[in-house]
Amino acid sequence: MQYALLIYTDEKQDAEATKEQMDATMAAYFQFGEQYKDKITGGEALMPTQSATTVRAPEGKAITTDGPFAETKEQLGGFYLVNAENLDEAIEIAARVPGAQYGSIEVRPVMAFDQ
Amino acid sequence: MQQTPRVVERTFREESGQILAALIASVGDFSIAEDALQDAVEAALRQWPREGVPRNPAAWLTAIARRRAIDRLRRDATLMRKQETLTALAALEAAQDDAATDADEIPDDRLKLFFTCCHPALALEARIALTLRTLGGLTTEQIARAFLVPEATMAQRLVRARRKIRDAGIPYQAPPLRLLPERLEGVLATLYLIFNEGYIASAGDSLMRQSLSTEAIRLTRTLVTLLARERELPTEPEAQGLLALMLLTDARRHARVDAQGDLITLEEQDRSLWDGAEIGEGLALLDLAVSARRRGPYQLQAAINALHARAVTAAETDWGEIALLYARLAELTPTPIVELNRAVAVAMAQEPAAGLALLDDPALGARLDDYHLYHAARAELLRRAGQPQDAAASYQRALALCQNQVERRYLQRRLREMER
Repeated sequence: MQYALLIYTDEKQDAEATKEQMDATMAAYFQFGEQYKDKITGGEALMPTQSATTVRAPEGKAITTDGPFAETKEQLGGFYLVNAENLDEAIEIAARVPGAQYGSIEVRPVMAFDQ
Repeated sequence: MQQTPRVVERTFREESGQILAALIASVGDFSIAEDALQDAVEAALRQWPREGVPRNPAAWLTAIARRRAIDRLRRDATLMRKQETLTALAALEAAQDDAATDADEIPDDRLKLFFTCCHPALALEARIALTLRTLGGLTTEQIARAFLVPEATMAQRLVRARRKIRDAGIPYQAPPLRLLPERLEGVLATLYLIFNEGYIASAGDSLMRQSLSTEAIRLTRTLVTLLARERELPTEPEAQGLLALMLLTDARRHARVDAQGDLITLEEQDRSLWDGAEIGEGLALLDLAVSARRRGPYQLQAAINALHARAVTAAETDWGEIALLYARLAELTPTPIVELNRAVAVAMAQEPAAGLALLDDPALGARLDDYHLYHAARAELLRRAGQPQDAAASYQRALALCQNQVERRYLQRRLREMER
């Protein structure tokens, strides 16, 4: 099955990280990517929510607002797509995402459509 | 022939866990397996009175359920992805062929079912409901009654749980060895919660509640047997420890409530009413568990209850040893509840003041201030220490927090004694 691992962390804390801490985080993600390169099928890191725009188009007309819609403690900061045998394997991989140590990882099955 | 429905019901209660486990193993889907078994039970209720009860009722139910599952999969191939459907069909047909040659053999896949039903990705209440329904063979209506929720609510809970298992890809397998201890912990915790739900006298249908305890013991016994059968698994003393704990606690069932339904404390119980057979089995299991030399919280709690069971009178209770066991338990599971129990044991081993000193620790008081048993324990110790006014205040505080009618009557009786 394919799963999305959605990485939620506290942006405020992330912004306060020192250069050394950021380097260490990058190295940890690089190492994670190497370790699971056979399982990972995609993924990106996202810019902070300050740069986000929310769009709704209830009657086809775009209504644009600044930032994310809801204020929460942790924000979506990036994601991976992984192929895992089942939820147990997906959980094991999610637990190794560096962000899991200071944030949380939401494990979501990717919807499969029949042709 | 009027006995037939009862044979169906008994077969279903005793064998449904195993039949379902085998079906799920081949179908790979909880809902289809359960519907198929339900169809088979209905067919049995129609056919057995006319044609007589088959020689092996469980094998008969399995065969019919398999056929129904095959029909369902063929008819409704869109339910699952095509490849999965074909795999499931092949597995079912192979099982059908095997059954033709060896009608008495139903593979025992229940261990997997325990781990799936108690998977940590499921909400605790979903785990409990699913375990009772799927492994225990209880009806949705019975489970709803035991947990004091409408049947529709419980049915919805079960539907959601099965859907999550399917959609999230919760595996149907015993976890790999490296995950076994932590995953087994979740299974044991679920079973212990079911037991406690039945044991703690509470509002609602008391008879159904007692049968929850009996059901938890039955399920735990099954789990212990299944684990022992797996050669490559190390012995799991905590599973044995939990079963021992349940048996040693359940043995006091008839002594803990009087004819009026009022609570009788451990100290005041008529120990001749304790169930000697359950105590014997519990003590033997505990010895077996301890011999593996890997201690754990359930074994420690069972050991505490074993000390109560071994004391012929309340006065002979080895409270010093019990206090020591609680101290060890606190090292493994440092919870305020364990601290509360340790304080009571220390008070009984030494004097009330020693226990009160532990209870009055500000950090503990702050964490347990909304827990009625904390104030009830404090009241008991103050009563024993000869401070009736302070005791009365604590009994009042406990009463203000306590929802349980049986416990409330006990606290009110004590409060009246203090105010005399």
